Amino acid sequence: MTALVTLRNITKSYTRGKQKVEVLHGVDLDIESGEFLALMGPSGSGKTTMLNLIAGLDRPSSGEVSVNGERIDRLSRGALADWRARHIGFVFQFYNLLPVLTAESNVEVPLLLTNLSRSQRRQRVKTALELVGLSDRARHKPGELSGGQQQRVAIARAIVADPTLLVCDEPTGDLDRQSAEEIMNLVQALNRRHGKTIVMVTHDPKAASFASRELHLDKGRLAENVARDAA
Amino acid sequence: MKYFRLVWAGLWRKKVRTILTMLSIVFAFLLFGLLQGINQGFNQQLQRLDVDRMYVTPRNGQADPLPISYYEQIKAIPGVKAVAPWTYFGGYFQDARNPIPAFATEARALFEVYKELEIKPEYLDAMEKTRTGALVRDTLAAKYGWKIGDRVPIGTSIWTQKSGGSTWYLDIVGTFGASAYGGGFPSFYLNQSYFSEAAAFGNHQTSLYVLRVEDPRQAASVASAIDTKFENSNAETRTESESAMMQRQLKQVADINFIANTIAGAVIFTLLFLTANTMMQSVRERTSELAVLKTLGFSDGKVLVMVLVEALMLCLFAAAIGLFLAGAVFTAPQLRAVLGALGMPTIVLVMGGAIAVGLALVSGLPPAWRAKRLNIVEALAVR
Ligand SMILES: Nc1ncnc2c1ncn2[C@@H]1O[C@H](COP(=O)(O)OP(=O)(O)OP(=O)(O)O)[C@@H](O)[C@H]1O
Ligand SMILES: [Mg+2]
Repeated sequence: MTALVTLRNITKSYTRGKQKVEVLHGVDLDIESGEFLALMGPSGSGKTTMLNLIAGLDRPSSGEVSVNGERIDRLSRGALADWRARHIGFVFQFYNLLPVLTAESNVEVPLLLTNLSRSQRRQRVKTALELVGLSDRARHKPGELSGGQQQRVAIARAIVADPTLLVCDEPTGDLDRQSAEEIMNLVQALNRRHGKTIVMVTHDPKAASFASRELHLDKGRLAENVARDAA
Repeated sequence: MKYFRLVWAGLWRKKVRTILTMLSIVFAFLLFGLLQGINQGFNQQLQRLDVDRMYVTPRNGQADPLPISYYEQIKAIPGVKAVAPWTYFGGYFQDARNPIPAFATEARALFEVYKELEIKPEYLDAMEKTRTGALVRDTLAAKYGWKIGDRVPIGTSIWTQKSGGSTWYLDIVGTFGASAYGGGFPSFYLNQSYFSEAAAFGNHQTSLYVLRVEDPRQAASVASAIDTKFENSNAETRTESESAMMQRQLKQVADINFIANTIAGAVIFTLLFLTANTMMQSVRERTSELAVLKTLGFSDGKVLVMVLVEALMLCLFAAAIGLFLAGAVFTAPQLRAVLGALGMPTIVLVMGGAIAVGLALVSGLPPAWRAKRLNIVEALAVR
């Protein structure tokens, strides 16, 4: 069986002014369905860049990216947008909720791109908020919620459309220890209980310990591959 | 429509700024509505003026009167259905601070020329029978509490009587309504025959004649027949339709068309920059939010349309309020009194709507384009 996500000989370079900087130098990676992968590494090593390629936010300079058997490096900008809506859930370090919308409206946003009816959307939003334990805050705006609560809303938004893959970029980076642990328990539960495939970038070894597999990225290369049983 | 809430919420992101921008748009469109409303209203009223109502005025300017002897001669010209002299009397009631817009005329003919005046036939009969009679507009009668049968003293600083007095005692024999002609329509009439008989001087003269032709198609031939008749006399005439005369007089005051268009144009041009600036600022502040929407799968085109719709909502909503207020101003009794039953012409609403849409598109397009081009990776990068 082929992996859910495969990266083959990926390079990515940015041009800054006249200079061309290669950030990823030939990365190969397989992520199996149901895996919870933690991607670690020093700042500037290219973690976010790699995550963006997996999530279809950007395209590699060379190499192949397949998700679910589809070559997403070949999709156009517009096709990628559609593809993301159907396959990817995003969780960011700074939550990135829309400040003018209530929690439930924020969670509903990805569903606006589907064909679901209003009542179906409402039902899905309700379920997602229940799952992250925030049903009682549905009518609150992000500014009225703590960081940990905002990140829960963001997680509800990421899973509400039932994506193929959940990508998280430093989901605990802005949270205190206690909230970070709650968030990691929630993410782990999404993986273990709901079978979500998750790729998470983190600096924090404690957060990484919740994952089922850890990878280290150093200067644009996957330097170390620690497979272990997260018990 | 399911995106409505998203767009609406974006619009109110900075409440104070949105409200201030909206207020500017509201006031601009209020001004536009008033100026264009009056302008178009005048145009429409000019067009509505009777083409079969004509004015005979002195060719050498209004200061010189016309002989009253022309009355019978004009009446005899074929195609003239009714003609009335119109002699400026002026005067005041009790005190010079209460001016009365009074004229001497032949009432029955005058009311035939101005068909839409509302009067009971018996008042016209009474006017004919009462030498010192007066017909008073209902609004004027109400103002001073005059009733039919009252004898009112009208003072004048011009027309002393042969008897030496400068106060004319006139008997009110009837009232009339003139709502069709607006608040400016003269509201007090005495008999021309009485005036001619009692005035110490000027009793063989009138300011002008108003007449109605039997058939509008004869207007030109009747006009030239009258003017030819008095050609080379001491008092030559100029006969023209009411609308032609009003247009000529309005042009002398000011080119309302030009003023209305210039002011409205300048205001809307300024508004363009204001709205464009608001929209651009609002999109700039939302860079990361728009990037998040794109991340979640909103296409570039969708984001572009959302920003444009936001600009449309802002402009259309505020413009609608402004035009509505302008419309409300037109129903104010004070304005009604001056302009008559002048409503907000539909054409002005259509023009206003079109301008609002244009404003939204022009001011919304640059920020919308910026939002469309926004690169997700760069916008979301934290560094
Ligand atoms: N859009 C861009 N244009 C130019 N250079 C970029 C761009 N995005 C990233 N880089 C550069 O690529 C390198 C890797 O960046 P990336 O964001 O992937 O690092 P990271 O591992 O996520 O770091 P951090 O832990 O600080 O988030 C950095 O040197 C960064 O400056
Ligand atoms: Mg990063």
